[in-house]
Amino acid sequence: MPWIVEKPKGYFQYVPPAFITLLLFIGQISFHVLDNYLYVVVSIVVAMLTEIILSRVLLGKWKSLSSAYITGISVGILIRSTMIWPYLITAMLSIMSKYVLKYKGRHLWNPSNFGISWMLFMAPLDVAGLSIQWGSNFLGLAVIWILGLAIVYRAKRFHVTVTYVISFLILAYLRSIIVGDTFLAEVSPLTGPMYQLFIFFMMTDPPTSVSTRKGRIIVAILVALVEFVLRLNSFIYAPFYALFLVGPIAKYIDLKMQTKKAKTPVPGSKPTFSLQS
Amino acid sequence: MNWQKKIPKIVTIIVFAGLLIGTALSSKKRLVHSDDTNRKETSLNKYGFYLEPVNTSTGINFRHLSPQVDPKLKNIEAQIASMGASVSIVDYDKDGWEDIYFTNSRQGSANALYHNLKNGKFEDVAPKLGIANVNQEGTGVSMGAIWGDFDNDGYRDLFLYKWGKPELFHNEKGKGFVNVTSGSGLPDWVNANSAIWFDFNNDGLLDIFLGGYYSEKFDLSHLSTTKVMPESFRYANNGGRNYLLENLGNGKFKDVTSEFGLNSTKWTLAAASADFNGDGFPDLFVANDYNVNELYINEKGKRFSEVGRQSGIGNIPKSGMSVSFGDINNKGIVGVYNTTITEQGILIQDNNYWEPQENQKGNPYPRFVNLAQLSGINNAGWSYGSQFGDLNNDGNMDLYVANGFISAKKETSYWYDYSKVTGGNSSIIEDAQNWPDMKGKSQSGYEQNKIWLNEGNGVFEDVSNEVCPYVTYDSRAVVMADLFNDGKLDVIVANQNNIPLVYKNELQNGNHWIEFDLIGTKSNADAVGATVVVDWNGKNQIQTVTGGLGFSSQNQHRLHFGIGNSKKIDRVTILWPSGKKTEIEDPQIDKLHSITENIENPLK
Repeated sequence: MPWIVEKPKGYFQYVPPAFITLLLFIGQISFHVLDNYLYVVVSIVVAMLTEIILSRVLLGKWKSLSSAYITGISVGILIRSTMIWPYLITAMLSIMSKYVLKYKGRHLWNPSNFGISWMLFMAPLDVAGLSIQWGSNFLGLAVIWILGLAIVYRAKRFHVTVTYVISFLILAYLRSIIVGDTFLAEVSPLTGPMYQLFIFFMMTDPPTSVSTRKGRIIVAILVALVEFVLRLNSFIYAPFYALFLVGPIAKYIDLKMQTKKAKTPVPGSKPTFSLQS
Repeated sequence: MNWQKKIPKIVTIIVFAGLLIGTALSSKKRLVHSDDTNRKETSLNKYGFYLEPVNTSTGINFRHLSPQVDPKLKNIEAQIASMGASVSIVDYDKDGWEDIYFTNSRQGSANALYHNLKNGKFEDVAPKLGIANVNQEGTGVSMGAIWGDFDNDGYRDLFLYKWGKPELFHNEKGKGFVNVTSGSGLPDWVNANSAIWFDFNNDGLLDIFLGGYYSEKFDLSHLSTTKVMPESFRYANNGGRNYLLENLGNGKFKDVTSEFGLNSTKWTLAAASADFNGDGFPDLFVANDYNVNELYINEKGKRFSEVGRQSGIGNIPKSGMSVSFGDINNKGIVGVYNTTITEQGILIQDNNYWEPQENQKGNPYPRFVNLAQLSGINNAGWSYGSQFGDLNNDGNMDLYVANGFISAKKETSYWYDYSKVTGGNSSIIEDAQNWPDMKGKSQSGYEQNKIWLNEGNGVFEDVSNEVCPYVTYDSRAVVMADLFNDGKLDVIVANQNNIPLVYKNELQNGNHWIEFDLIGTKSNADAVGATVVVDWNGKNQIQTVTGGLGFSSQNQHRLHFGIGNSKKIDRVTILWPSGKKTEIEDPQIDKLHSITENIENPLK
């Protein structure tokens, strides 16, 4: 399993955790995005504890906790509940999915995507998403996008983000024609915080993305397409569900194809660093 | 050995599967609806009371009509025109029987004042008294009404707030009403959905707090722009301004809003006043949509300090919809119930019950704790008005919450469309043109109102489906009043674009009660701001006289206390706004007592 500490890249391994912390920090200072500090702390602590326990018990080794930290913080920001247990369970489910839902030793789902999607879909009485609950000024938006793009560029996943965004914009235009709403209404979600976390952290997650640049571009387009269909059917959390559906299938096919190829590792199959998993 | 190595993996898989199944079942289990049958006999046997709709027998045939907005807002007209159904209780002619005033909101439609004929029937006397045809071209349409004796002549006058020009009608000793707005100093135009009477400086004259929702720049029926919507779903400050209008005592009001520090332009939907820090001056709790709630502490009648964040009530932006008061634990503490919006899987805000923490003597800024979840009164739906009242006279305050936003086409939902724009940038959300066409869709429609019965231990039981027939109007305002002078709290609900619900409380458990009607002399004549604490059987319950409470509503002026099967009340303590205290030992129960301030033996 690829992991950041197996191929440390100096200080840069701490950039994604630092970025998501900064994102949370800006959101909290500017808009008090967190309903309760305790919820995000619980999410982070539970994710990290689960990671420690499972890596020791199942793999017999210590793992870097930056991935679990990002998962925990994503859970703390992206789900909303007035109770504490959904944060705890979502963090646990997210990390556990890495250890249970595997194929050829690789996990198939982005951890937080799995946990969040599951809870949003299966526990709607207790959990909602961050779809309509963040401030909307331009400055905060610009800072997050500039920093986010810089980081995915450094992580060699710029093409994933850009492909997805372009696909989203084209399909938003198509949707606006189909449903009769304005283009701005269809583009609007992209300006919200849910998408910022989605396109910078979930979409680009190297361990759960496919091994080739071309493949990743195709997957990004497919995610946008599935999301397009889900949106036409009024799924508010369409991007999460789209990645939940497309990501593992793509990864499974990718791993299958790799096995058929020469036993030598495919260049680029291991990430230079991980944004999350 | 291999088998042993597999144990951790198997355990992990089992735990993982268990969590997946458990989380899925947690919601599925509660999605199963309870039995829809509402059997009166069962309710009477089980809970001792039943709320019987009596619209027909009482002759109340009012029907609310929603406002018509500028065609530029056609795409979201149902959403914009979703308020205006209000109800307030007043004994306008001082005959000792409570009357009901409903507002209407379509241009040309009539408001109604149902005079209590004392025989279980009501008659609409608004046309002959001059307060029916108040929704005329150029003056806006009614959103709510509050009654208060602003000139201390013994008769309650009518303040009508609108999406339009606020209006004041003087009560001519119950024989008619005269519009005294002209020259009174009231603002020219306010898109208001809330107002209360209160005497913020304790000078014996009722003042007005008027809360703006849409900006006062707009006449929503004649717009030149579509940029009228909130700039954010959680942090909007582009709503209407609020007004603090000081009663100068000569029929004139002075706008002292800035002077007193009430400069907020959040989207105010409700306000209520009580003395939270015990300094003798009424404070102000303001519920805002699209932003945090605000708590204004009255600095001895000189100005207000906003301490929402410090007090704990203003940290999390929610859709603040109404404010009502209760003392759910009989601790003699005024708690604040604040409704919000919850839609499963989409928006979980939960209603709040804010109770001031005890042992805060000397702290000018009280801190509150939210007990709604512990009490089981957090999750109602898309809530508007709410009121506490002892429906079964067992000595514990029960809770009625009005629910439902837009009930249009069944099996449709505008929530997805709504989420598209409300999650977006301010430039998108604030322009109604960007909002998807509703196309007749519902949004949090067909919701049942909540009725929570206080079990006496701080926990409530949801009896919504058992103590009244199943109905799903888009309810807005709710009030409780003893309409039939029988010591039972009846419930009246104003429904948007529909008939109201007038429930007669069929209470048959033999529990006892007591009611107080306070008359101020040094204090304002309505005694708004006075508190009554009833001590009995080791319990003490506090209630406050208010000049408007809930969402676009005003309860009866008298205060109603249930005392269960106790046959004796130890003591009643009344604290008047003037600072005077009246104590009454062992008052007669099962009776309405009229208490006048500054009379030594008020019951003699």
